[in-house]
Formats: sequence, structure tokens, C-alpha cells
Amino acid sequence: MNNLSAWERMEIVHNKNRPTVNDYIPAIFTRFMEFHGDRLFGDDAAIIGGIGFLSDVPVTVLAQVKGKTLDENRRTNFSMPHPEGYRKALRLARQAEKFRRPVICLVDTPGAYCGIEAEKRGQGEAIAKNLAEFMTLKTPVISVVLGEGGSGGALALAVCDELAMLSNATYSVISPRGAASILWKDGSKEKEASELLKITAEDLSRFGVCDKIIQEPDGGAQTNPEQTADSIYEYLVDAVARLKTVPTDKLTENRYKKFRKIGMFTE
Amino acid sequence: MDIEELFKVVKARFTDDSHGTADKNEIRDVEIPQDLLFKCPRCSNVFYNEEFVNNKKVCPKCNYHARLTWQERLEMTADEGSFIPFDENLHSLNPIGFPRYEEKVHKCAADCNTNEAIVTGECTIRGYRCVIGIMDSHFMMASMGSVVGEKITRAFEYATEKKLPVIMFTASGGARMQEGIVSLMQMAKTSGAVKLHSDAGGLYIAVMTDPTTGGVTASFASLGDITIAEPKVLIGFAGRRVIEDTIRQRLPDDFQSAEFQQDCGFVDMIVERGMMRKRLSNILKLHGFPKERGSKPVKNEE
Ligand SMILES: [Zn+2]
Repeated sequence: MNNLSAWERMEIVHNKNRPTVNDYIPAIFTRFMEFHGDRLFGDDAAIIGGIGFLSDVPVTVLAQVKGKTLDENRRTNFSMPHPEGYRKALRLARQAEKFRRPVICLVDTPGAYCGIEAEKRGQGEAIAKNLAEFMTLKTPVISVVLGEGGSGGALALAVCDELAMLSNATYSVISPRGAASILWKDGSKEKEASELLKITAEDLSRFGVCDKIIQEPDGGAQTNPEQTADSIYEYLVDAVARLKTVPTDKLTENRYKKFRKIGMFTE
Repeated sequence: MDIEELFKVVKARFTDDSHGTADKNEIRDVEIPQDLLFKCPRCSNVFYNEEFVNNKKVCPKCNYHARLTWQERLEMTADEGSFIPFDENLHSLNPIGFPRYEEKVHKCAADCNTNEAIVTGECTIRGYRCVIGIMDSHFMMASMGSVVGEKITRAFEYATEKKLPVIMFTASGGARMQEGIVSLMQMAKTSGAVKLHSDAGGLYIAVMTDPTTGGVTASFASLGDITIAEPKVLIGFAGRRVIEDTIRQRLPDDFQSAEFQQDCGFVDMIVERGMMRKRLSNILKLHGFPKERGSKPVKNEE
């Protein structure tokens, strides 16, 4: 049981040694090869896409890339995708559907990038299209939130059959800093906001958003990256095996129902 | 209050365009003598409110199409007496225990005379039957929480079952932060409902009105078979201030306008308020929907 506060978890997630997809992909998948480009505009380094084996099952991997150094982060835009990143992800998801490969999404982003070019190329439309198309994708989709699940920028890779979270990962509609600056006109109150927003894996399990919490080693994933990768691997192998047995129609019906039932109201 | 002060207050109200996930109710609490003057947020010209209202709340100078209440929109869109509302008794709970959230929703519901920030139902437009949704930005900046998401989802599901077209007048500050992650999930839920309607062959027309932003732009608002926008309205994903803070420079004035979005390839056509009913009914006719007999036109229509 993880008794850390949301804020303590955010500190762990922001530890500069926390493993990223660049550590996890080689540890979890074999013969992985990366595919580039959305075929429309360009290639976004903030999202890696490609294929590889998960155990003996060919899968498509879509992963948001945090860097560990400033140079890496410049290249991957601090894991804040542009529209072409989401469109590359959709292109490869459709390819996965065609060849009946399960799709594994590794989510780790502060959010979709907010900038002039992102707006001009339709950030909103790109995310919306992913939400709609992933909902009926005729192959299993599994998403794992590794660190930060930042709002719509995370959701665009998280319309899935099952969502897992690493035990210190967070997933939120708005960054605590953003919420604090709206609520109290003071971004420095992000600690208070992080508790208010209910963003931990346990919170998200209660809301029916998170289906599985993958336990990190004490102190966080960076204390034992291999062990963390093994835990993710075991979960994925199990989930893929389970979901592959579900008939396609049932799979997409269940996926719709998973999201359809989220909402809290009286009538 | 002298006249300059008055303009400042009116301007403050209309330049409130913090988008993304925010809603800005506090601005609404400011006492504004709304019935006297209208100062256009786009061109800064000032008009007597009467002239502005008689012009369907369109700026006589620059053609900015200002925000409407759901009642105003319904009256100028649906055939008289044809509207049958859906789901008027859904009321939001408080998923994350946000301080004073229920209070806020109740106050908006009373002020806006509706249970939530979107009104959905069935109506005819110049005799053509459709499912309609109207978002009202006066209700917590029409942010999308559980009830907004549920009403949209049910509207699309109903339309799918009855093989009806859907017309959504979108306006929103984005996902409703006060409901936490539950609000984010409404983006997936509504987009899924649009997709199932589309897969069943349904027609969906999105009409983007001022302002369509954040999580609503990044979900059902951007998924229309046909995307219409009103002139000069604001359409975008990220809020202007967020972008300006990120890139540390001022954005051009027309950034994220309907016209900008059309140039970028995201809007099929920009339609004036006075022409909207005709355009919508023509689209429905072009898709082979039948005209019902005995439908009454709206007031003051040609
Ligand atoms: Zn004007």
C-alpha cells in the first residue's frame, strides 16, 4: 500500500533519474524497431512509435518520451507532443489494427504542447480524432501511465481496454500548478492543488479510470529500474493474453462501456 | 460611474478569455449595467445595447458574433414550438469534493434556468427534424463535467437509435476542473458516442460559437462531418495566455479566430447568424432527410 501524498509522488515522478520509455522499451520488448512520421506533416520526437515482441506476441508500441538531460528534452520537447505526434500514433494504431497487433501505449507527458504551430496544425482536432478512433479500434489497446498523465495530451493515448498506472504516477485534468493559478491566482500553491485534484493511482482506481496499479519499488522506480520494468512486463503479458481472447466486437463494446459509465450525477 | 469606468467593466467582462480548463465565474459577479451599452471585444466600438440586440447580438461594425444564452440560440434556430428537451433532471455530484462546487452549480442553474451548461433535445429546423445541443457559456463558462458529458452522450445515442442528424452549437472553456479526472473522461465518452453515431451513418454538424476551446475543441466539437463557425468567434485548444506564457511573445489579434481556423483547414464554412437556419436546413435536405409538414418558422424570419 502506497501512503505517499500526491505531492510526494509528484516529487518522485520528477526525480531526474526516474526511468523513461528509453529505459523501458529495450527492457520490455525485443526486436523493437521505431517507425517515423505521420505521413501528413512530419515526425514528432515526443512520441516514439514502432513494433516489437512482447514475449512472443508482436505488438505496436506508442510511447511519450521524456528526456533525462536538457538536450534530450529539447529534442523530445519535454514530452509535449504536437499534432503530428498524435497523428503518427493514430497511423500506427490503424496499422496495428490491420495486422491484428495489440497496441501498448506508454503515457508520460505534462500535456499536449501549447504553441502557435501546434494550434495552426490542429492540436484539438488531432486529440479529438484519436479519442474517437481509438474507441473503436479493432485490436486490444492497453495504456500504462508511467509518470505524468497530463490532461488531454495523455488521454489521446489512453482510450484503451485497460489502463494501468505505476504506483507513483499521476493522471489529471489539469496540472496542479495550472489549477492553483486559476483557483488562487498563485501557481506556487501547486502542492495544495495536487491534493485537491485527486490524481493518484488509488484515486483514479476509485473513479473507474485506472484498472491496475503496478507497484514500484520503495522510494520509486529509479531505485530499481529493472524490477519496475519486470513488473510492467508481467502486467502487459498477462493483459495482452487476456484481451486477445476477447472477440473484437465484445472488446470495443467493453471499451465504450468503460468510458460510458464514468460520470457522477443524480437523476 | 462615469462613462469611461463603465466601458472598462464591460471590456473586462468580454475580454475574459482564459481558456483551457478554466471557468471564470467571478467575472460574472461584477455588477454590470448590461442593458445600456455594448462594447465590442473585437473592434472596441460602442453601441446602444438595443441596436446590438436587434442585430441578433452581432457587432454592427465588425460582424463579431457575440455569445448568446441557450434560450436566445434556441429561439433563433428551432421552429417555434418544436423543441422537446432531454435530460432536464440530471444534476452533478461533487466527485473530488471540490469546495463549494454544488453551490456554484446551483447558482448557475438558477441564473441560467437550466440544469447544466448544455441544453439538449429534439426539434425541427425549417421542417427538418434533428437532435440539437446548445452550450451556454454563461453557465460556468460551459465547462464540461459529468452532466454535460452525459447529456451529449445520450443525445448522440438517441440520434443513433432514431437515425437522426445531430447539430451541436459548441461553446466552452474546456473540461470542468472542479470534477477532476471525471471531467477529462467526458472527452473520451462524448467522442466515443460521436464515433458510434458516425459509424451508423449518422450526420453530425458542429457549429462552433464563441468561445470553443480546450477539452471541448479536443473532443466532440472537432468531430463533425461538417464544421461550421460563426464569424469572428474564438476557436482553439490552448488558451491565449497559456501560449503567450509558453512562447514569451504576444500573439496576433486574429489568432484562433474562426477565420484563422478556416485558413488552417479546420472549419468548412463560416456562416452568419442570420443565415444559419437556412444553411442548416439545406445541409439536412442535401443529406436526404424529409421535411415535416406544418412546421412553423421562427419569429421575424423572411
Ligand atoms: Zn465589433
